Amino acid sequence: MNEHDPFTIAGTAIGSRLLLGTAGYPNQRILRDAVEASACEIVTVSVRRISLKGHGSDTIGLLAGRRFLPNTAGCETARDAVLTAELAREALETHWIKLEVIGDRETLYPDIGELLEATRQLVGRGFVVLPYCTDDPVVCRRLADLGAAAVMPMGSLIGSGMGVANPANLELICRRSEVPVIVDAGIGTASDAVIAMELGAAAVLLNTAVAKANDPVSMALAMRHAVVAGRQAYLAGRIPRRGRAEPSSPQLGLVGS
Amino acid sequence: MRLNVNGEARDSASATLADLWRAETAGLELPTPKGFAIALNGAVVSRGAWAATALNDGDRIEIIRAMQGG
Repeated sequence: MNEHDPFTIAGTAIGSRLLLGTAGYPNQRILRDAVEASACEIVTVSVRRISLKGHGSDTIGLLAGRRFLPNTAGCETARDAVLTAELAREALETHWIKLEVIGDRETLYPDIGELLEATRQLVGRGFVVLPYCTDDPVVCRRLADLGAAAVMPMGSLIGSGMGVANPANLELICRRSEVPVIVDAGIGTASDAVIAMELGAAAVLLNTAVAKANDPVSMALAMRHAVVAGRQAYLAGRIPRRGRAEPSSPQLGLVGS
Repeated sequence: MRLNVNGEARDSASATLADLWRAETAGLELPTPKGFAIALNGAVVSRGAWAATALNDGDRIEIIRAMQGG
């Protein structure tokens, strides 16, 4: 099967339908090897105040050659998210931003009011905005109407590994969205990524499922295959579900009485 | 001069943003400012303008770095 099946964000063809986060890996070598094994084109990074006690690890240098998608993780207001996005644009020379505006620290649920306002402002400032949002078809449509380049509804809570909690909603969002739908958050293992893609998602963004797996590099490879398998199944078209058996072998010419 | 750098109040002799950048990162052996950015009083100052940006008493400065994230 041909793995080359790009999708488009803001006019840019993206060669892999897997986007990978870079946080929480056991070490830098495993991060680099997992990114390599995933064959992803886009990696997410965060923006944080520098520590004056030490300069930390050089994630940017380590993953040079990938397309960096900075996030606004941890921001709770549109104002903080816009400043974080502006800092990220300067630091990484990209006007792409994964927009997160969190309304609740325990669930990390998006604050939709602030998210819509931040989207409006960032689109106005020339950003390609990819907002992390709830799996709500109306929210997704509002974000697209404001100019979001893609929408990124949650599979389930960030870091939870609960998979796609509401497949019916996600299918509805994918069917109706005029911008690419990237399922973000909640993916726990390869089958979750397959399900997201089978529902019609353009891509999947995940981090913890790979970073915290016993063998992150193997899980990255599994995820690479999962998005390809799910996408191919979506394109192929699944059979309808039925409540009764339907014999697959011919019913004529049975041996015996 | 009193500055607020990354949320911490401190006395500083840095006359410009470029001076402050050098002072704050002196021990860090940074090859280039790639992956870093500075905001002054809530607005980003592009790298090329650091040397020409004078600091004033009470300024709030954010110095950030791109790092691992999800």
